[in-house]
Amino acid sequence: MLTHTKRIIRSGYHNFIRSGVTSIASILIMIVTLFVITSLIFIQVALHSSLDSIKDKVDVTVYFVQDTNESDIKDVESALEKLPEVKSIVYTSAEDALNQFKEKHSNDYLTLQALDELNSNPLGATLNIKAKDPSQYESISKYFENDNALSKGSLTIIDKIDYHQNKIVIDRLNAIIAGAQKLGLAVSLMLILISIIITFNTIRLIIYMSREEINVMRLVGASNKYVQGPFVVSGILVGIAASVVTIILFIPISIWLGNQMTDFIGINLFSYYKANFFQLFIIMLVSGIFLGAISSFLAIIRYIKK
Amino acid sequence: MESMIYFNNVTKKYKDNMSLEDVTFSITQGEFVSIVGHSGAGKTTLTKLILAEEAPTEGTVFFESTNIHKLSNRDLTNFRRKVGTVFQDFRLLPNRTAYENIAFAMEATGKEDSEIMEDVPHVLELVDLTNRAFHYPHQLSGGEKQRLAIARAIITSPELIIADEPTGNLDPVNATEVVNILKKINDLGTTIILTTHNKAVIDQIKKRVITLENGRIIRDEKEGKYMI
Repeated sequence: MLTHTKRIIRSGYHNFIRSGVTSIASILIMIVTLFVITSLIFIQVALHSSLDSIKDKVDVTVYFVQDTNESDIKDVESALEKLPEVKSIVYTSAEDALNQFKEKHSNDYLTLQALDELNSNPLGATLNIKAKDPSQYESISKYFENDNALSKGSLTIIDKIDYHQNKIVIDRLNAIIAGAQKLGLAVSLMLILISIIITFNTIRLIIYMSREEINVMRLVGASNKYVQGPFVVSGILVGIAASVVTIILFIPISIWLGNQMTDFIGINLFSYYKANFFQLFIIMLVSGIFLGAISSFLAIIRYIKK
Repeated sequence: MESMIYFNNVTKKYKDNMSLEDVTFSITQGEFVSIVGHSGAGKTTLTKLILAEEAPTEGTVFFESTNIHKLSNRDLTNFRRKVGTVFQDFRLLPNRTAYENIAFAMEATGKEDSEIMEDVPHVLELVDLTNRAFHYPHQLSGGEKQRLAIARAIITSPELIIADEPTGNLDPVNATEVVNILKKINDLGTTIILTTHNKAVIDQIKKRVITLENGRIIRDEKEGKYMI
């Protein structure tokens, strides 16, 4: 049994090495498949990261009427913090709001002059609320409409909530995010399926070219397993070779993407690649080996089942 | 003597094309039988039936009293190990050296490495290919390829060797040499079935000849000559 296994592995290795161009052809096709799989992982990462950075830009601001007591605002803040949907709250006092406004318009002399004319701070304090998920802004804003949730009379200190102004944008964004994720998944699955079919067919074609050889092996008295084994081993070697080439190919690609796209998608793909290198390599290796072995195994069955 | 191979009213049709029609004959252990006939007379079909590459449309083919077309996959493999084959187109494994081609037949039957290393050089010497042992088939001449195929056929000491047009692709000198090797093997006790349409080959062998025409046996002579 052991000599048998050893012979099958050696024979598969010889097949792989000596087939030369044929082996290279199947490796190239397999690289395409693994390339597609890895690219899709990258695209998913980029998509999630850019969606996250967009989500991060969405918030709801509660404007308080002028001269509201800071302690009242703090009461509202601590009440809000108890909500499960809330991720973070930033309190900006009236003075801070004025300073920020001045800084923002530091080149706008006219506005600053108008502000000076007022002699008092026209701005109220604000609470800037970020939800854990964009879809939760609605329930947060509803919370304010629902008076009994807050301490009595809190509605009187709230000037306005800008949720309703942002609602359309937020809703649209939610729809885009959900759509993008669904579409991304569907496209990924389809591309993976297509490349698997192409790989399978290529290996089938290569084994079809070897059908005479298979016939000879059987005539010489080789059992079905002994005929099939070496081809499966070759398929596995194709998978290993292809995954090694692909993982190396993605080093310059991820460096380039890291340089070009980091600002746009909000994550450095090269850092991501480095951090997940081992995991990605395992994914490629396992997919390559699995695909190579299964394709060879299935392709050869029709020639030995006679 | 008990027959080794027995064809009992065998008919083989490919679609509507009659390839063998009601063929009955037997071959005993140690015989050297030549099967002659024009192309399309049914010679190759006959060998394919013996090797169980094809099943007969009607009738049965026996090898040592077992119906070879009723064998299970595993028994078929064991049966094939008792039969050596030599073909016109050599059918060598292209990605293996001469040595490995012969060794493969032994490996497939589960022989020990030590046995392989001992037997293969011996057989290579027998067919005069010792200095070509590490050449691939595409680096060998036609005669050398056929001698290699014979070496592979005999390495497992089969009871029967089927040679389907073994001289078909060879020049007269190489053909004579191949026939001489086959005769030598037959002298050592192995049964041989050879198909050919080469008159010179038949006249050289001087053994039993079965003549096929349009799928029927028209002549079966103990020491036949080539007559069509």
